[in-house]
Amino acid sequence: MPKSELVGSRIRERRTVLKMRQAELARSVGISPSYLNLIEHNRRNIGGKLLVDIARQLDVETTILTEGAGATLVASLRDAAAGHAEAENELSRIEEFVGRFPGWAQLLSESHRRIDELERTVALLTERMAHDPFLAESLHEVLSTVTAIRSTAAILNETQDIDREWRERFHRNMFEESQRLAEGAQTLVAYLENTSEESELRSSPQEEVGAFLLARDYHVPELEGDNTTEVMDIIIGDPDLKSTPARELAELYLRQYRKDALALPLAELTFLVEKQGLNPTTIAAHFGVDLPAVMRRLATIPRGTLGCPVGLVECDGSGTLTYRKEIEGFALPRFGAACPLWPLYETLSRPMTPIHRRVGMSGRGDEVFDVYAISHSLNSDRFDQPQVLRALMLFLPAQAGDTQLATTMTVGTSCRICDKRDCLARREPSILSDGF
Amino acid sequence: MSKDVLLIEDEPNIIEAIRFILSRDGWTVHTHSDGVTAIDKIREKKPALIILDVMLPGRSGFDILRDLREAEGDGATPVLMLTAKGQMKDRTRAEELGANKFMSKPFSNTDVLAAVRELAGA
Repeated sequence: MPKSELVGSRIRERRTVLKMRQAELARSVGISPSYLNLIEHNRRNIGGKLLVDIARQLDVETTILTEGAGATLVASLRDAAAGHAEAENELSRIEEFVGRFPGWAQLLSESHRRIDELERTVALLTERMAHDPFLAESLHEVLSTVTAIRSTAAILNETQDIDREWRERFHRNMFEESQRLAEGAQTLVAYLENTSEESELRSSPQEEVGAFLLARDYHVPELEGDNTTEVMDIIIGDPDLKSTPARELAELYLRQYRKDALALPLAELTFLVEKQGLNPTTIAAHFGVDLPAVMRRLATIPRGTLGCPVGLVECDGSGTLTYRKEIEGFALPRFGAACPLWPLYETLSRPMTPIHRRVGMSGRGDEVFDVYAISHSLNSDRFDQPQVLRALMLFLPAQAGDTQLATTMTVGTSCRICDKRDCLARREPSILSDGF
Repeated sequence: MSKDVLLIEDEPNIIEAIRFILSRDGWTVHTHSDGVTAIDKIREKKPALIILDVMLPGRSGFDILRDLREAEGDGATPVLMLTAKGQMKDRTRAEELGANKFMSKPFSNTDVLAAVRELAGA
């Protein structure tokens, strides 16, 4: 599409950055939201006074909307030059620079944007480490307890002529402190596992999208049935989606959500589950869709509708978790990698082969879960590219009376907070059994 | 020289352990657990040495140390600071306020005893 025909896309992009609703912009320039929608999707040409008015409302030069990347690039480079005296002295030649060396200009602009993002991430992580009062308090508690145990144990071990009364007292102290240490460690681990963190502690786009979905309990009524709400109208202005990358991720997720909701309508799906039970294979056959679609869709059904909670994780080919929906008893790692024993990872070595396992979580009581996993290729029709895989794992409390699986395997959340001993898959020591 | 040590710490089992090892070395150990009234206790006991925890109820060990040094002038009582915060900035802050030694938890009994002997000139 020629650059001049992308004016609508630029208007939409700029409006999104400003978190302005489509209806709000339309009203401010005296047109209907539906007409603005056509403009934004490049289905109507725009120029003259209306373009000038929209540019004014969006607080940009008209040329940035009409000329696109070049003008945007110039603006980005001006931003990068701010505060650098030598670069500021050469601002008058910035268009010449962009014209003669567009590749270098683009690289400089992208580097500037990336530095901004990284600085923001560093600031947030530093803030998290330095000013998280609960974390500091918990660690202080654990260290104080360890100190008492260490000192008391040394006395008992090194003092040969200790009175019986003192010895008994120190034994009692050791017992008390070891209990306190266990409680403190459990509290700390529970905190580190917790995915419902405060908004100011989020540092990545994935965390922002996670908070956005959690706030909606993973269900988006605006995208169900015949509802025609624009995906971007859901995203813009949402308090959890602060960064542009997070809004982009949310847009991808919600567009997939709408496709899944159309393929597996809520009423028909819940009726089927009520009649035939929650079996992904049966559901896929009934609706004529693949298993990944069924798994994604089941994770979006309103709480209480399916008769049991449903959790879902998704990862890419590197094993990095890209989606997390937790349910009680099946804890997911807040950061970093998960348990290598999860069927989610097993399925990466067997693409398109469904895996059904019954699992229990180590150190978390007797609760058992049914787990369904499958991985699929995003480019299985290409000979010229390396295979790109995505894997999904659906988990729900084991259904009573279902004796299909005789054995239960034990898995963890992640190695650092797993108490399973002699685990072949362990990649690092656990703070629960070895760390302190 | 007096062999009185004032241990200002709020963890009962740490108090018990330190009291035991210092008592066996011939020190008289007084204890106090409240940050707000710690300065009064120091004035009352006039110890040869103070072992001072940073995290105390009511008032931090840093605040107590600052008040102590302002009140004492040149005749400073040696202070050994104990803390679960081992960062360099806390160590630096303790030194700036006039702490003679700084130990991070978890410390060993041997190190505490050696520090007390060193600071009290024993």
